[in-house]
Amino acid sequence: MTDIQSLRNDFPILNKQLDGQPLCYLDSAATAQKPNKVIDVIKSFYQDENSNVHRGLHTLSENATVRYESARETVANFLNVETREIVWTSGATESLNLLAHGLSACFNSDSVIAISPFEHHANIVPWQEACQRTGATLLVLPMLDGILDEQGAIALLKQHKPDVLAMGHVSNALGNIHPIESLISVCKALGTITVIDGAQSLLHLRPDLKALDCDFYVFSAHKALGPTGVGGLYGKYQQLNALPVYKTGGEMIKEVSFERSSYREAPGKFEPGTPNISGVIGFAAAIDYINKIEHSALQRYEQTLYHALLEKLRQIEGITVYGDTQNNVGVVSFNYKSEHHYDLATLLNTYGVAVRSGHHCTQPLMKMLKVNGTVRASLAFYNNQDDIEHFINALNATIELLD
Amino acid sequence: MNIEHITKKLSDSHGWQAKYREIMLLGKQLPSLPDALKVDSALVSGCDSKVWLYLDLDENAQQLVLIADSDTRIVKGLLAIIIAAYASKTPEQASQFNAYELFESLGLIAHLSPSRGNGIRAIVEQIQAKAELLK
Repeated sequence: MTDIQSLRNDFPILNKQLDGQPLCYLDSAATAQKPNKVIDVIKSFYQDENSNVHRGLHTLSENATVRYESARETVANFLNVETREIVWTSGATESLNLLAHGLSACFNSDSVIAISPFEHHANIVPWQEACQRTGATLLVLPMLDGILDEQGAIALLKQHKPDVLAMGHVSNALGNIHPIESLISVCKALGTITVIDGAQSLLHLRPDLKALDCDFYVFSAHKALGPTGVGGLYGKYQQLNALPVYKTGGEMIKEVSFERSSYREAPGKFEPGTPNISGVIGFAAAIDYINKIEHSALQRYEQTLYHALLEKLRQIEGITVYGDTQNNVGVVSFNYKSEHHYDLATLLNTYGVAVRSGHHCTQPLMKMLKVNGTVRASLAFYNNQDDIEHFINALNATIELLD
Repeated sequence: MNIEHITKKLSDSHGWQAKYREIMLLGKQLPSLPDALKVDSALVSGCDSKVWLYLDLDENAQQLVLIADSDTRIVKGLLAIIIAAYASKTPEQASQFNAYELFESLGLIAHLSPSRGNGIRAIVEQIQAKAELLK
């Protein structure tokens, strides 16, 4: 069995000192740190293998193509779907834009698009735009005390029978794990297309998409130990292939004349231009790395850290924690009395603590929680008890400075 | 508060925590704006926190008059420094004044970078643009 604690040594940045302070990285929900394996693969690709894919007949191009396509297989296996059901994009945001663009081709003024109140702006604005173009209505599911109201949501879905339900698997701002299994099964019965934003779930939950049975799932590599600027979209093949093209250009075509063009089948038709080849290969290296760690042990470890952090935080008088602390991937979103999250995060930074502060690209959610933002500490398996001590000490010192 | 006094205080404070403590104390001395003046039209855009800024000219003295407030303690303290630096300057002097050098001498240069998200650069740019118009 892997010793989870020792995995920390695979992440070189975690040994960094900032202004003489050891780095205490608690911002993995913004972006996860990268293990040496991922860094090395990207470096060696540019050093020894760089070439374009699907083009040349020369050895380097052939090799690059094989690695690029086998990365697709790696990610497909990880998600338990078919290789041809994975489209490479620049990340979850682009995937959601592609879907909102593609699915809205069938929207009209009777259409209803349901989202959850926890959505990241990236899973609100593309649908809002689609609604404006087509006259469709955006429906927001209910929440209670910072947690999705599951029964209320199911009732609303049954009442409105939306065309699409687009929601996050895990809330980026609060870490809540949403009961998407039950919502997806309700949607199946209603004929509602399900789009799951997996940006925050891929690393922590390793979802089996076949079991989940959603129609579409989007993700970003950088939240899961991979490089930035790459991610993907899963779609059940027939539905994926039926989507209209989003971006056009070279490589995605079957035939082009000046009169008309025809396109390749999915996933090719959604991948115009030269893709982020090193990013895709780096992402596959990240997935290979994750695959070597036993998932249940990793989850237990993350949950132990999370509950230790939560418990220590709750001992500090004046702290308010938001969201679902029972079903959470390891995100603590909080405020201290009426202090501004900006001041807290700025002072924490002077102790080497990296947290996110602000609205976390979820302004509507912050409004519902009646706050202008929070401080968010987000964990990953490469954190340890020392990080939690470090953070709590820094927070106490910060509070002392403010009080 | 005069800027020489502030400069001395800050350069005597060692370490970021001590500097921030001084900055927040400066903020506490800056009078709060009445709610009636905390309007969106006075907000400086490009700041993560809210910053309300008013700038006018004292016609008799031909000097700038600045009032400002923020919803965060640190930015409010930084505003106190900026106000002290610009107050009682003529528009001519203000437009030639290099706030970058001031922040560098205070060891607060990180606060001028746009990535800090506190928009100090945006505030300084707005003051200089307004001073330019008042010349």
